[in-house]
Amino acid sequence: MEHALSLFVRSIFVDNMIFASFLGMCSYLAVSKNVKTSFGLGVAVIFVLLVTVPIDYLLQTKVLSEKGIFGMDLSYLSFILFIAVIAGITQLVEMIVERFSPSLYAALGIFLPLIAVNCAIMGASLFMQQRINMDPTSSQYIGDIWDSIIYAFSSGIGWLLAIVGLAAIREKMAYTNVPKPLQGLGITFITVGLMAMAFMCFSGLNI
Amino acid sequence: MSFLSEKNKQAFVTPLNLNNPILVQVLGICSALAVTTQLEPAIVMGLSVTIITAFSNFIISLIRKTIPTRIRIIIQLVVVAALVTIVSMILKAFAYDVSVQLSVYVGLIITNCILMGRLEAFAMTNGPIASFLDGIGSGLGYAWILVVVGGVRELFGNGSLMGFQIIPQSFYDAGYVNNGMMTMPAMAMILLGCVIWVHRSIVKDVDNN
Repeated sequence: MEHALSLFVRSIFVDNMIFASFLGMCSYLAVSKNVKTSFGLGVAVIFVLLVTVPIDYLLQTKVLSEKGIFGMDLSYLSFILFIAVIAGITQLVEMIVERFSPSLYAALGIFLPLIAVNCAIMGASLFMQQRINMDPTSSQYIGDIWDSIIYAFSSGIGWLLAIVGLAAIREKMAYTNVPKPLQGLGITFITVGLMAMAFMCFSGLNI
Repeated sequence: MSFLSEKNKQAFVTPLNLNNPILVQVLGICSALAVTTQLEPAIVMGLSVTIITAFSNFIISLIRKTIPTRIRIIIQLVVVAALVTIVSMILKAFAYDVSVQLSVYVGLIITNCILMGRLEAFAMTNGPIASFLDGIGSGLGYAWILVVVGGVRELFGNGSLMGFQIIPQSFYDAGYVNNGMMTMPAMAMILLGCVIWVHRSIVKDVDNN
């Protein structure tokens, strides 16, 4: 329980996907122009992470590892397998949501295909794969399926926080007088850098 | 069509500057920021992306007429993932230290938007040789940004380049201190912002969005 809480807080603030490991930057920069759509994308990312990371965890431990059903180390297949799972699941989720919840589909639908090639999803799975082999006393360790669910959920929340924060700043920044060549992408990068600096003060956080 | 026709040359040259994947198209930012704490991983990453982009462009362009449009994304991803697996294993075999430094970001080349962008925009409609050159051009356009950012961060963060000490000891004796901030993630973004700033003030006709 203590480990779960510490993993949760750590994944949101210390190992924040955007500010510490730069995952999902492309859509982060492209979609953060207003708060409402960026919130929608953030929720979609949490949703897809929650589905794919536990499935990839089970694949890694039950199929690809030495203790799995084939009894040999197949982890070199993990790239192909993970990306196939992610692409397949996002397609499936899109179809299910479209069929059963048109209102949710209207809110998330356009983002789901975009998420299939979002590095945040693939990155979370690859970090999860790394963390299985970590020292169990470390607060980053992922030891069972519950840990992987908590990790997926909290890193999704961290991503959502980052994108909504940036969108709010960019909405205000539309009224400021930025030098011509710096407008748009340049100033956005510098803003993200300053936000990352602010998040660095969490780096000593330990529960 | 000769090998160095005008169109092929165009495909190779524009991504280096006018249509640079990072500065203009805003693709492939994630890995560009994460691997640039030092120069060596930045160069290795740039080369890996160049090779993978070129060959995946080439392969997809060869089979472009047989791919059904509905499932093309998955086919592209599988081709790219296979190439990335090969590159990752080669790195582990011949450059183990660098591959440890790059950690998950080698795997993340799969979801690098530059690859998918070039496959969708160029390889699906052009011949294999032009696609191959376009892939090399885009990869090198990506690589030179990595080298610039990586070089600046290593020089000011550690006082060295490629692991060799550049700033002499006498500077340190006189009170010079390495800027530890440069090795933090935050500076990567601010530096890239500055590179974009300089690029846009030189190349005027880039639209700001």
